[in-house]
Amino acid sequence: MFSLERWQEVFETISKNKLRTFLTGFSIASGIFILVILLGVSVGFQNGVEKQFQNDAENIINIYPGETSISYKGFNKGRRIQLKNEDYALATTDPNQELEFSSPTYQIFAGLISYQNESGSYRVEGVLPDYQFLEKAELIEGRFINANDISSKEKYVVIGNRVKKDLFKDEAPIGKYIKVSGLNFKVIGVFTDPGGDREESRIYVPISTAQIVFGAGTDIRSMGFTLPKVDNFDEALRQSKAYTAGLERKLKTKLQIDAKDESALFISNNIENTKEIYVLISAMRIFFWGVGLATLLAGIIGVSNIMLIIVKERTKEIGIRKALGAKPLSIIGMILHESVFVTAMSGLIGLIFALVLFEVVGPYIESDFIRNPSVDFNIAISTLVVLIAAGAIAGFFPAWRGARIKPIDALRDE
Amino acid sequence: MIDIKDLHKSYKVGKNSLHVLKGINFSVEEGELVSIMGSSGSGKSTLLNILGMLDEADEGSYTLDGVPIKNLNEKLAAQYRNKFLGFIFQSFNLINYKSALDNVALPLYYQGVKRSERMERSMAYLEKVGLADWATHKPNELSGGQKQRVAIARALASDPKVLLADELTGALDSKTSYEIMDLIQQINDEGRTILVVTHEEDIAQMTKRIVNLKDGVIIDDKKVTQVRAIENV
Repeated sequence: MFSLERWQEVFETISKNKLRTFLTGFSIASGIFILVILLGVSVGFQNGVEKQFQNDAENIINIYPGETSISYKGFNKGRRIQLKNEDYALATTDPNQELEFSSPTYQIFAGLISYQNESGSYRVEGVLPDYQFLEKAELIEGRFINANDISSKEKYVVIGNRVKKDLFKDEAPIGKYIKVSGLNFKVIGVFTDPGGDREESRIYVPISTAQIVFGAGTDIRSMGFTLPKVDNFDEALRQSKAYTAGLERKLKTKLQIDAKDESALFISNNIENTKEIYVLISAMRIFFWGVGLATLLAGIIGVSNIMLIIVKERTKEIGIRKALGAKPLSIIGMILHESVFVTAMSGLIGLIFALVLFEVVGPYIESDFIRNPSVDFNIAISTLVVLIAAGAIAGFFPAWRGARIKPIDALRDE
Repeated sequence: MIDIKDLHKSYKVGKNSLHVLKGINFSVEEGELVSIMGSSGSGKSTLLNILGMLDEADEGSYTLDGVPIKNLNEKLAAQYRNKFLGFIFQSFNLINYKSALDNVALPLYYQGVKRSERMERSMAYLEKVGLADWATHKPNELSGGQKQRVAIARALASDPKVLLADELTGALDSKTSYEIMDLIQQINDEGRTILVVTHEEDIAQMTKRIVNLKDGVIIDDKKVTQVRAIENV
């Protein structure tokens, strides 16, 4: 159907009707441009939202204490709940549920940290080795806290990249000593975190050390867990909910909290948030595709309209061609070919414009909710498929009409 | 070559039916040059359209080169037109944006002839009608006579059995008309069967046989002594 001869015919027709071709192509080019821009923005939106919500492991469960709001077993309401090491031990020894990573934390929010003449106030977190994975912290240099450091209560510290930049500038920090609340800690690692500066201006120390240094005894401030990953999202959600429900019951019994008390213990389950985010993202994506396709549809109708006029204008020519032996199929082929070719080419131009725009402007867009809008290969391919289909749809009705032209009517002298 | 028996054709005009052809019997041998005459409304154009497979008869039979022409679908009709017939029109019906050469090559394109061969063969036909030097010109750069020559070259390009010419001199002055008729006579001399529809007596006299149509029937069908067009130029 798409022989070289046909191509020559189509090129000839197109090159001899430049204005017409340009007008036809323009509506499609702008339609594709808008579609691709919208899709790119939806990717940017997704990037932005993910960045906002996924600083930590997707399936992390965090537990924070609060104050009781219901008096229970002789305790007045308004009692402040304090978690201890033993609560963490209780939470992590569930024979029915294996945990992937788990860590308690003890932190002070504004610890004075200094190195030589530089100093600053940073959050100091006492954690277990697993905490690295709960926070999605990645080490740039050195190592994270290990089990040995915990048991021998080493005065080691892993600092965030921001802290390193502030205190050490270009100096290599590993092996150096920094002062934390007046005590010397040896830097053993530097980490980076997808949470950005906010999460990189922290330092991690072994929790056993932190509890001694800050005089906390066996107090802990919070605990975090993740369950082993399951491929099926719904299954993961179900497991996670079952586990948190069991945990809540166990802890409330131990800490003597009324089962209905909502403010004594906060359990945040990231996987539920994740689900909401993904629902939101996919809704946005559907919306953007919808708007984009509607725009494109307007373009297609425009092209179809123009092609109809073209067919009308070429009635006589089509009649001549038929009298000379053109079969209806070859007329359909000719018009469809022209339409698909024009839409595909002009769509490609629109696509390229949009891609160039993203390439140039995209990296500069970094607001809270839209980050680096861009178009990946898959989107480019799907829009191309849409384009070919668009050309075929736009050309079909005009082509059909063209094929039904009777040479006897077309050639009748006016 | 052409054999028509008891051909009827009527058109619906509103609620009334207009009976245009009322039983035409007519045959043409190979190598004949026939003119079909008649005033407007006599049915000569309808007859030509049926002969050209642009229209279909209601009744009767039509055989072209031994092939019965009946119940053709559009695809087959197109194929037969391409293979058997060459059309020449009063208003030339050239495609405006194509050069003379490309216009001539069009029937060959629909025959599936390769481009290089197409161009070669078309050029030969343009040469035959004396327009080789005008091959790259568009129709609007040609005179009426030249346009008709291109149209004749185009009609010949597919090497058809029969040429059908509808008032081929209708848009031309007499000198040019005779030149065109001279060309038609030369082509006929080579053995090509040609049918000419005309209402001009002098043009009809340049053919070998005149068929007179009136109110949908043949009233007269006689062989004539051909007047050579070249003598009148």
